[in-house]
Amino acid sequence: MSILTDALVSILGTAARFETRQYPSSVVSCIVPRDRFADAAKALKKVYALLAAEWATDETPFGGGFAVFACYRFGAEYLIVKIEVPANDPAFPSLAKRFVAAYRFERQIHSLMGITPIGHPDLRPWIKFEDWPEDAWPLRKSFDASKQLPRTKGEYKWARAEGEGIYEIPVGPVHAGIIEPGHFRFQAVGEMIVNLEERLGYVHKGIEKKFESLSWNDGVKLASRVSGDTTVAHSLAYSIAMESMTECSVPDRASWLRALFLERERIANHLGDIGAICNDAAFAFMLYQMMRLKEMILRTNHDLFGHRFIMDKVIPGGVSVDINSKGRKAILAEMEYLSKEFEKLVIIYDENPSLEDRVWDTGILSPEKARELSTVGPVARASGLNLDCRIQNPFPPYDRIDVKVPVLVSGDVHARAWVRVEEIRESVRIIREVLKTLPEGDLSSACKPPDPDTAGFSAVEGWRGEIIYWLQAGPLGEINRCMVRDPSSVNWLGLEQCIPGNIVPDFPLCNKSFNQSYSGHDL
Amino acid sequence: MIRILHQIFRTGIVTEPLPAVVEEEITDIGNKLEEAVRKRFRRSLTIRQVDAGSCNGCELEIHAINNPIYNCERFGIHFTASPRFADMLLVTGPVTRNMEIALRRTYDATPTPKLVVAVGDCGCNGGIFGESYASLGGIDKVIPVDAYIPGCPPTPMALLNGILRAIGS
Repeated sequence: MSILTDALVSILGTAARFETRQYPSSVVSCIVPRDRFADAAKALKKVYALLAAEWATDETPFGGGFAVFACYRFGAEYLIVKIEVPANDPAFPSLAKRFVAAYRFERQIHSLMGITPIGHPDLRPWIKFEDWPEDAWPLRKSFDASKQLPRTKGEYKWARAEGEGIYEIPVGPVHAGIIEPGHFRFQAVGEMIVNLEERLGYVHKGIEKKFESLSWNDGVKLASRVSGDTTVAHSLAYSIAMESMTECSVPDRASWLRALFLERERIANHLGDIGAICNDAAFAFMLYQMMRLKEMILRTNHDLFGHRFIMDKVIPGGVSVDINSKGRKAILAEMEYLSKEFEKLVIIYDENPSLEDRVWDTGILSPEKARELSTVGPVARASGLNLDCRIQNPFPPYDRIDVKVPVLVSGDVHARAWVRVEEIRESVRIIREVLKTLPEGDLSSACKPPDPDTAGFSAVEGWRGEIIYWLQAGPLGEINRCMVRDPSSVNWLGLEQCIPGNIVPDFPLCNKSFNQSYSGHDL
Repeated sequence: MIRILHQIFRTGIVTEPLPAVVEEEITDIGNKLEEAVRKRFRRSLTIRQVDAGSCNGCELEIHAINNPIYNCERFGIHFTASPRFADMLLVTGPVTRNMEIALRRTYDATPTPKLVVAVGDCGCNGGIFGESYASLGGIDKVIPVDAYIPGCPPTPMALLNGILRAIGS
């Protein structure tokens, strides 16, 4: 038994039934009565569990109604709590009072699946816009995804601050830079921000619904395109979830190559982020220097693996591209050059007083808030949360690599930048280790489609943090549901919460230090 | 400061000439192009990039054409924050239902000649997302498109090439 299951059983006793069709077996799944859903949350909160994800499924193909799932995490443990919801009474007890992270998950469940979280403080639509027909719930099986929806009239009610001298700044969805669309609404007094409200959903492409029309092997292509900058980690998370359901054993060489791709993706994106943070503090020199190094990584990717972002190279069962001894040498030489150049730039970053003035004590996300919001990745690690699935829930080959990640407590822009600096150093070390160890062998093994009525789970540490996939096979063995939880789904709330009290011109800087994905959130 | 200067001088100019194949192609359209840029855009082309629903892969590569290696500014190409100053809209897709209105408004706010270039497989035809309740498909389903740059995502070189070709035609 473990801490989470013990806590659950101690309060629910035999009312909690354990599921056996959930893979891998290390992830415990249990069904509890609908009215005890919040009790379970309370018990788990007491043992310091974090809410990792919450989602709903339409189980009519199995002859049931709906189901709502909550996934909790504590250290290396994951526990999935499921409730069954009858189709004629689509409602469930909200967890938002126990876990703030449930706030947006449940708005999303309400908007896209049409199940009402009872007791939720704010049921405005999320991702679904006010001009959608109210009864359009795309994730329901009865919904025809191929038809375009008519536009209706509706209004979105924004949070408003009132008082003398308070004014409002609406920003987006089309932003000033080359970035994705989203809307931010600031309430400010003079330069100081009193409140920020995010409005996301502009790039909702119906990804989760689309998965349900694809074959298992085509699904990985879509997973690669959930968020283009995280293509390796997403395709890896999808593949691992599917492999867990089919007990497919991935050849060792493939596992190590996956780690190589994942760390290269981490380095490339972190380099870009450090440059962009400095650029938003008007230090363009660093942006161009970092972009130069990032371009070098992408070009090597293209030369060796055939794609600048290594897209579509991780497949269920393994990988589709190999590396030879020449490629190995090329990467080692590249890492040598990268480290040397990077360290020079880190000194410049560290010694620059005007930069220091902007990044220190700006956009502070306190450790308490970071925990409350269940943030993940560099955002969490800059705010004192020691979370990394490569360490706590290691997927091969990380069970054989000793990963060290930095944890800072100041939670400001500098901390988020510095976590990235340290992670680049660590990734360089991991890449060297991978190349040294890389065993001989096959690149992939056959991965048969999962059995009907099974579910698979995976958690992969992408460069933004923990990515969770939950796959469910329907009664005919097809994809019945694919739940994607990008780190952005939780971290966007962190940005919203760290902004009040900062000045308006610092917003771009804070936003860059989070650099969350709009596409990964909106799906 | 001395470190910064040292790094700048040590790095030197890293901007690369376009590879021979592309160079050739560009020389091909070059004469026409130079005249077009000079006449129509007074030696500078201003682009407003609009993400109408992409996965952000295309955005990364559009960023890359601004890096010192591709350095698009040497061709007089630069990116603006407002559609009101733009000669060209560089739009990535697919167009989502939730971005349709914003894209139309951006198009309406752009002064003529408002060239529109659809970027990426999804921008060209909806790509893997196709047409559904949430995705309307390629950019040309919503606004008129002058040129297409396919690829998933198109490489920086393909982007530069496509942009130059769009103004040359």
